[in-house]
Amino acid sequence: MTTAIRASGLVKTFGRTRALDGLDLTVEEGEVLGFLGPNGAGKSTTIRVLLGLIRADAGTAELLGGDPWRDRVALHKRLAYVPGDVTLWRNLSGGEVIDLLGGLHGGVDAGRRAELLERFELDPTKKGGQYSKGNRQKVALIAALASDVELLVFDEPTSGLDPLMEDVFRQCVAEERARGRTILLSSHILSEVEALCDRVNIIRAGKTVETGTLAELRHLTRTTVEAELSGPPPGIEVLTGVHDLKTDGDKISCQVDTDHLDGLLKALTTVGVRTLVSRPPTLEELFLRHYEPEGAAR
Amino acid sequence: MKNSDEGSSVPELNTELKTEPNTELNTELKTEPRSESGTELKTEPNTEPNTEPETDLVTEQKTGTKTASKTVRNRSDDGLRTLTKLAARRDRIMLPVWIYALLATVGSTAYSLKKLYPTQLDRDKLASSISSNPSLRALYGPLYDTHSLGALTAWRVLGFGGLLIGIMAMSLITRHTRAEEESGRLELLGSGAVGRNAPLTAALYIATTACFGIGLLAALVMIVLGEDWSGALAFGACLFAVGVAIAGTQAVAVQLTETGRAANGIGALILGVAYLLRTVGDAAGTSGGAGWVAWLSPFGWIERVHPWAGNRWWVIGLTLAAGVVAAAVGYRLQGARDLGSGLLPQRPGRPAAGRGLRGVYGLSRRLQQPTLLGWAAGLLAFGIVMGTLAKGIEQLLNDNKQVEDIIARYGGVQGLTDSYLATAVSFLGMAAAFYAVQAVLRLRGEETSGRAEPVLSGSTGRLAWAGSHLLYPALGSALVMACAGLGVGIGAGAVLGDFWGWVGRMLRAGLITTPALWIIAAVGVALFGLLPRWTSAVYGVFGALVFIAYLGPAINASQWLLDLTPFTHIPKIPGGVFHWAPLVWMTAIAAVLAAAGLGGVRRRDVSSA
Repeated sequence: MTTAIRASGLVKTFGRTRALDGLDLTVEEGEVLGFLGPNGAGKSTTIRVLLGLIRADAGTAELLGGDPWRDRVALHKRLAYVPGDVTLWRNLSGGEVIDLLGGLHGGVDAGRRAELLERFELDPTKKGGQYSKGNRQKVALIAALASDVELLVFDEPTSGLDPLMEDVFRQCVAEERARGRTILLSSHILSEVEALCDRVNIIRAGKTVETGTLAELRHLTRTTVEAELSGPPPGIEVLTGVHDLKTDGDKISCQVDTDHLDGLLKALTTVGVRTLVSRPPTLEELFLRHYEPEGAAR
Repeated sequence: MKNSDEGSSVPELNTELKTEPNTELNTELKTEPRSESGTELKTEPNTEPNTEPETDLVTEQKTGTKTASKTVRNRSDDGLRTLTKLAARRDRIMLPVWIYALLATVGSTAYSLKKLYPTQLDRDKLASSISSNPSLRALYGPLYDTHSLGALTAWRVLGFGGLLIGIMAMSLITRHTRAEEESGRLELLGSGAVGRNAPLTAALYIATTACFGIGLLAALVMIVLGEDWSGALAFGACLFAVGVAIAGTQAVAVQLTETGRAANGIGALILGVAYLLRTVGDAAGTSGGAGWVAWLSPFGWIERVHPWAGNRWWVIGLTLAAGVVAAAVGYRLQGARDLGSGLLPQRPGRPAAGRGLRGVYGLSRRLQQPTLLGWAAGLLAFGIVMGTLAKGIEQLLNDNKQVEDIIARYGGVQGLTDSYLATAVSFLGMAAAFYAVQAVLRLRGEETSGRAEPVLSGSTGRLAWAGSHLLYPALGSALVMACAGLGVGIGAGAVLGDFWGWVGRMLRAGLITTPALWIIAAVGVALFGLLPRWTSAVYGVFGALVFIAYLGPAINASQWLLDLTPFTHIPKIPGGVFHWAPLVWMTAIAAVLAAAGLGGVRRRDVSSA
């Protein structure tokens, strides 16, 4: 597998604000990478650097084997981009914009275009000023999805879509992935990322704080275990990796480092387990750990 | 960026709310009708005259948006006051410039008329040449009285000054209503406690207050100059009333279209037709014929108030009433439409792009061509009118040596008709420079609106993108000037004979003015590339250079000042001597400025929306 996007140590300042502060990002060819972070964390700035719209102050970036700033025109033939906040020309119809933007990204596949118009239920004859936010978003999505490109870059693409259309979008991303396209999906909708992405990159305040597959990330965190035992609980509080232990008669609940789950279960089975509930950490919990200000982590 | 997100999601929420009355947000909705009561709002500006003081606006406005969202108490005047202050704050530079320009016009006109026509004999001569010459009447309106400097000044100022104040009122109304609505900012405010009519009321309030201030100050200027106060008040009231009338019609125009640009287009059409009716009616004269058509135009009305010679106040009442009626229609139409929509039906667009819309050049053509064609047609028409006036000019000049001197300073050196025609082309060139500036600023508009971003993240180089737009100030300026020259040539040829000769000469005169437009436009390109945040400062450069070129010769400005403006260096054709050199070096300067700007465009960051 070759690498589609490789960025390391990206720094970008706007006046006194440090929008990117040593950000690292890698996207392998053919994978869907979820790019997660709260508002203002630097997701859009990173994408704008990768698109050669702005130049990073420091760090290196490589996109599809080229330099995103120097080779931008050639590289842009091979990618399509959907911004989070789509503004359209008021006197151009949606259909015209799709063809125009698609034409700027390696050309539009007419069959795919027609199919997407139908699936997203978009009227292409309306003028730009008449579309709602969600429909403007659809125009940009269709233009990107119908283009013949290797890399798709989505910046919070579903922010204006209703749940039905979000679902259509997910199907489309799954199809694109099956066709071997590389996708960078910036989002703060966790269920979307959980459903679509192979790997995630979580950033906060312009820095990458966590990166890896969902399984890997889960490994680094704790699993919640609740059990009803046949007898009084054994001395599990002395086991390594067990936290927040609460006992209530025969019932226990605790959190355990995922690496030490095995030890806990062995200890429990020695007394006998009547019921057992074990919950892996949700992406939300992963995410929240990094959202919270330093020191407040649980 | 996030703000606009929230703003634009509001209408969706609203529609959902209508069908689902038991969501949380509908408390806000329920209270909205209370703030909608239009009649209450309309009277508001009168009961709140103390929203003006500029000093507290500065501190007030820093928290302006906060106040808008915080005031959920739903008193309709809260929203109105906030909006009025916001509007006044946004206009804190533009309004004083307008006021100053109009007052300077009044003062300098009175002063120069006093110098040009010092005796009653001079004035009577002037009156007789005006009354015998339809094209002069068309230009300035009928001279109704010569017995006071005030009446002379009112005659000279009200035609052009009325048009200026009309343009000001028109742009103020559009700026604070339709343009805001289009940008979505109004939606953001509208989701706070702002009544439906509050934006229009705030805009009307600002516009009428500005016109009132100008009228009052103009009256004071005339009183200071020693004219009778009752005439001065009638004169000031003329300026106020015509502003109110145009503000009223614009309150209707902004309801019709979805974009501020289109609303201003309709407004300009209304102004143009009103001015044309005035021109035609005045040219026909009072003695029968088509003279009555001037009574169809507010510009015709205010000319018939006759300050310092009768003070017909009822005509002012008529003009004000027209404005009030039009504004009422505007409120009525506003009640009948949704936020963001226009009343004129939108034709459905093409479902797919035609062959014309391929790549950035197709896009820039779609965006820039309509404006270019509008300017070309407008300047052609104006050129024809100015050309046909060539015959009357000579007659006016025969009467007065000083006017002759001034015209000669404006334009060429020999032959007053030649010199008039050269001046006419130069004036049209100054107007066309505004087109060139606007066409350059389109680039910045595309960038800051976020529309450039998807184009630039396509396989479009920065230079190709900028170049696709800059074709218009570059080649479009030449086309516009060719049309202006052609129009003057057609008009002049029709009244002077030697039709094709004049057409050829004036076409050339128009074309050689183009480098002056290029220099001003190139300043815009340089700013756009190197100091993007300051791109609109090119309007200031344009204003200053045109101001010097337009008024400099009339006030006997020193040569170094005149040399600053490119229009001074354009060879005066017809009549003067043609030189290539100034055209070549002006083009070279423009090219260097544009190249510097384009270099900056390649290197700098693209601003985000």
